[in-house]
Amino acid sequence: MSFHTNKYYYGDYGEAKNGAADISAKGSAKEEWPLWEIFIRSKQGLDHKHVGSLHAADAAMAIENARDVYTRRMEGVSIWAVESKYIHASNPDEAGALYDPANDKVYRHPTFYDLPDEVKYM
Amino acid sequence: MNKTQQFNQLLNLADNALIIGHRCSEWCGHGPVLEQDIAISNIALDYIGQARNFYQAAATLINEDPEMLTGFVLPATEDSLAYLRDQREFRNHLITELPNGDWAVTTLRIFLFSAYQYFLYTQLKDSGDLSVNAIAEKALKEVTYHVKWSADWVIRLGDGTEESNRRIRHAVDHLWAYTGELFLQESELQQQWLQKVQLVFEEAGLVIPEKTWMHQGGTSGNHTEHLGFILAEMQFLQRAYPGSQW
Repeated sequence: MSFHTNKYYYGDYGEAKNGAADISAKGSAKEEWPLWEIFIRSKQGLDHKHVGSLHAADAAMAIENARDVYTRRMEGVSIWAVESKYIHASNPDEAGALYDPANDKVYRHPTFYDLPDEVKYM
Repeated sequence: MNKTQQFNQLLNLADNALIIGHRCSEWCGHGPVLEQDIAISNIALDYIGQARNFYQAAATLINEDPEMLTGFVLPATEDSLAYLRDQREFRNHLITELPNGDWAVTTLRIFLFSAYQYFLYTQLKDSGDLSVNAIAEKALKEVTYHVKWSADWVIRLGDGTEESNRRIRHAVDHLWAYTGELFLQESELQQQWLQKVQLVFEEAGLVIPEKTWMHQGGTSGNHTEHLGFILAEMQFLQRAYPGSQW
């Protein structure tokens, strides 16, 4: 069942007859814009970091939306957008088998080596 | 340009930005989706920022020469110019004060007006008037984004569904008669603007309307009935509780 309602906002004076400002309450998940994952590189940063997700109709809109949602406070100078469905994730149920075996292998850390001064960002 | 003309030009620039900024701010909390709600609120804030800068420049000008014009609260400040003038004293173009209507009218208005601002600010940033050079240069970056954002929407709606196309065509019919006031004299500015509009309309599958009768009067203080409502909401607090701060 779908309900049809007319919803008016301040600023809509007399627009109803023109078909404006009527917002139907049906809206199904099918009509929703796809979800995008957003990655931002900050001014000092070397890599793009995941900052969150948003909805957008296409890639161009995703980048514009990301600019408006995630860079308002000078957070970044570069944006990547990836449609969420293309992100493949590891299964949290397998976390034990995947990550725990690394716990007792400290010798894998590079702290056992002397780094030359020329090597930065380690 | 003498000082009075310069002052009036600053008021026109400031009032335009304040009023269209207020209209954009009316969408805050009502945007069609969260992301676009934030986008248009950002644009509103850009406009209010521009208005502040132009009002400050106008206030400086009239305070230097208080005899220049009568009827202003002196010493003038950005706040006194925004909050303590009546609608007949506002110099904004009519297109900025029209109601938002639907998303098509809203985005098309921003497109038509910000494209005009884009070419105007490009001129102003290199003009001899030092008081506006820096403001125009800073504002130009903001406006460049407004043009891009709104043009994208005009194209999306024009080239979208039957319903979106119907709405954007209605928006063109509704708003076009308010664009003549932006160019009271034939100018290079008008040609540049028309080219840009033509380009975006073509991509959107829209047609520029035939030459039609154009509304005017905003820059001389003859406004539509809508401006009074905006000012009533915007100025009420300062009028009822003069000098109050929060």
